[in-house]
Amino acid sequence: MLTLESVTYRYAGAPRPSLHDVSLELHSGEVLGLIGASEAGKTTLCLVASGLAPRTMGGTLTGRVLVDGEDTAPLAMHELAGRIGIAFASPATQLSGVAATVYEEVAFGPMNLGVPRSELIARTEEALTALRIESLADRDPALLSGGQQQLVAIAGLLALRPAHLVLDEPTAQLDPAGTAMVAAALAGLAAGGASILVAEQKTDLLLGICSRVLVIDSGRAVLDGPAAEILTGPQLADLGVAPPAAIRLRRAAVNASLPAATLARLDEAIAHAMPQ
Amino acid sequence: MTTALAVLAGGLLGPALLTAVAVVVPAVIGRIFGRLLRTALLLTLPIAVSVLVVNLFFFPAGRDVLFQLGPVTATAEGLEFALETLARIGAISGAITLFYLTTPPSELVLDLERRGVSPRIAFVALASVQTVPALVERAATITAAQRARGLDTEGSLWRRLRGVLPLAGPVLLGSITEVEARTLALEARGFTRPGRRTLLWWPPDSARQRLARWVLVLAVPLLLVARALGWLGWLN
Repeated sequence: MLTLESVTYRYAGAPRPSLHDVSLELHSGEVLGLIGASEAGKTTLCLVASGLAPRTMGGTLTGRVLVDGEDTAPLAMHELAGRIGIAFASPATQLSGVAATVYEEVAFGPMNLGVPRSELIARTEEALTALRIESLADRDPALLSGGQQQLVAIAGLLALRPAHLVLDEPTAQLDPAGTAMVAAALAGLAAGGASILVAEQKTDLLLGICSRVLVIDSGRAVLDGPAAEILTGPQLADLGVAPPAAIRLRRAAVNASLPAATLARLDEAIAHAMPQ
Repeated sequence: MTTALAVLAGGLLGPALLTAVAVVVPAVIGRIFGRLLRTALLLTLPIAVSVLVVNLFFFPAGRDVLFQLGPVTATAEGLEFALETLARIGAISGAITLFYLTTPPSELVLDLERRGVSPRIAFVALASVQTVPALVERAATITAAQRARGLDTEGSLWRRLRGVLPLAGPVLLGSITEVEARTLALEARGFTRPGRRTLLWWPPDSARQRLARWVLVLAVPLLLVARALGWLGWLN
């Protein structure tokens, strides 16, 4: 379980905290969606949850971040790397920049952790297969499209086999097919017991993969509840988050005063399209 | 090693023989002689021309006049010294170019790491090499974006120089931001863990390659001694 207890974080040199008294519990097998308007604090929360803030970023943190009940404060970043993995929105900067092939890029993390070579190969091939990018294995990562690079970055994260994943807008540069691929991989990982915190603007994606959603606004957790309830609720738009397309369509239909029968058929179609 | 031997051998014949054996033959076998020649010429042509001109016409100990060109005189001693220097430069640039054309940086760094070089030093070495094309690509993208917004990067030298300024800032700042993001990603992937990494693979190192390396290493002190004792006079 990944736990944040009353966490307040201020970047070095910033006049005020970017996160205020945020608490959350992320259980094994759970996918928690993190949403909020731009600059609400999503990335900061991801950095804190992954341990990068304040270790690498500097700044001051109060409260506690616990991994499986253990306080992470005394742990070094490389000790956390095998337990919490983080992926960012920009794919190019997540790549090591030194791997000649995608295979080597995916293997980079476990190589750093010094895992035995046979396990290194097994992990790399498993991660490539999970994201269905085996065909890219021999390609130069620098020459891939943004979407492909993001998949490679996520595969590199999976190869570390962390129990907890923190993903900051992992599908920002992916097309619908790539987004679906990532969604399927995340669902598979959660089914395997991983706990996943995913910050996303794509509420449609979150509706499909999250069991719970946390909304933050100006660095504070303002809503926390079941994904279907939060994402279809009326408060999202006020918090600067676009609801899923189906919900927007339903609202537009109501505002257009469509006949009840048409609305009923629309509801039926939406219910059919919504993830169960 | 070839470059060290070329310097030690001295004279004209020594470096020329070394170039033939250690540069030309491997390049022909590796079918890269054409590329090697072009690259090595590009590397050395400016310095070769200046070495030839300066020594041919301004060699201080030049006595034997070959021909006169206006106020300057070409001497045989100057020509001889220039040719000896050019032979060394040719051997050095040929060896460096052969190394560059036959050794991918990633393989070199992996091999160094396998031999105990710190992963961080290896990473810095490789990242430095890999950063250059990335920087060039970034500069090209920013240039295209700025040109689309009306920046004039063509025409006279002055106009092109003026066009460089609005490009330098974004390229530099973008690179700095990228370094920060990459640092975070590397940290998150356990790069700062102390100790040795597991290597996925390393370049093969055959017994013949090892033998060749040792022969070259031993040749350096031997040539040094031979030169000191004056046994290499026949190479001049």
